[in-house]
Amino acid sequence: MTALRPLRHGAAPVETVARLVGSTPLVRLRRIGAELPGVRLYVKCEFMNPGGSVKDRPALRMIETALRDGRLGPGRTLVDSTSGNTGVAYAWICAALGVRCALVMPRNVSAARKRIAQAFGAELVFSDPLEGSDGAIRQVRELVAQEPDRWFYPDQYGNPENPRAHELGTAVEIAEALDGQVAAFVAGIGTSGTVMGTSRGLRALAPGVRCHAVEPAEPLHGLEGLKHMESSIVPAIYDEAELDGKISMPTAEGWAMAERLGREEGLRVGHSSGAAVAGALQVAERMAAAGERGNVVTVLPDRADRYFEPRRWDRRITW
Amino acid sequence: MPVTLRLPAVLAKAAGGKTVHEARGATVGEVVGDVAGRFPELGPRLRDAKGEPYPYVIFYLDDEDIRFQQGFATPVPDGAEIVVVPAIAGG
Repeated sequence: MTALRPLRHGAAPVETVARLVGSTPLVRLRRIGAELPGVRLYVKCEFMNPGGSVKDRPALRMIETALRDGRLGPGRTLVDSTSGNTGVAYAWICAALGVRCALVMPRNVSAARKRIAQAFGAELVFSDPLEGSDGAIRQVRELVAQEPDRWFYPDQYGNPENPRAHELGTAVEIAEALDGQVAAFVAGIGTSGTVMGTSRGLRALAPGVRCHAVEPAEPLHGLEGLKHMESSIVPAIYDEAELDGKISMPTAEGWAMAERLGREEGLRVGHSSGAAVAGALQVAERMAAAGERGNVVTVLPDRADRYFEPRRWDRRITW
Repeated sequence: MPVTLRLPAVLAKAAGGKTVHEARGATVGEVVGDVAGRFPELGPRLRDAKGEPYPYVIFYLDDEDIRFQQGFATPVPDGAEIVVVPAIAGG
């Protein structure tokens, strides 16, 4: 007779750290928006993903679908343009799954960010800092055009698996956590994957939900990870017609809300999280003013520690 | 001798479609003011209401960050190049 297995007190083991992506907690804000009758603000804590950001979701889905259909495999290297969290996500997931990874990023990315990606064994290629993230996009397209057989180019700005990761993941988790009671969803626009995919998923699971995107108010802004659409290459996966509205967010307001989240809610999050919550609060205020009740949900893409002392020690720039 | 102010591509639209501008001024602030005076839309992108640089916009004077010098009061030698770079790279 076989012995009974002892009761388990923690989670079951997983086959790879990649299986820990998603199922992030949804937390209610207790002070921000507390004065609004009948409206509750909830934040999806994407910094709880293994790579520390929301980008783990689309990166994992883009990589695993490519591995499944053979676009990525031995002899191919993943390459994409990213300066931020997607780069970290690609780097660690590739390391975990045994795939080679190269990232094209503008040279003005912080030294810390470069070291994180390198720590996972990713190869870095630098693009012109004055051309910003669009310069990195153009450079990766040139690399891929020169040697198409060498690379797998997920193209986070144009890959439908990016929003699908949110439609099938983030949206389902939010709807389940709130029993389908979601009056409004708000998220910042970077690649637009989070806002497009989660909105699509929620429309099926929480009928009547209104979905809003938060966009930086200025072309040269300080809300890292977000894109000012008018002055940028518009991502192919972005379709403004699917949204109920867009909120223009000044850098200063996003930064102020990020600080407030730390002091008043115990959430030390990045500036794009501040912008998202500031946008969600605007929606909540409009609802309260109109006498509407319900849950307003937004996404916290990452923690503040990604941004401490950015560039502080890089006194001289090398071009 | 004039100096050169080099802007990131995202600001070209606010600066007559050009990223490279010849300008005059004894300090970084004066050079920025000279170019901003020609393009009213550009001024608020480079400095706040008090005329100071934003924390997320970095000015390099001949490759050296002016935050480690005297900010907008940093003297500009003849023929110098000032490069404006976003503190972040986005995406």
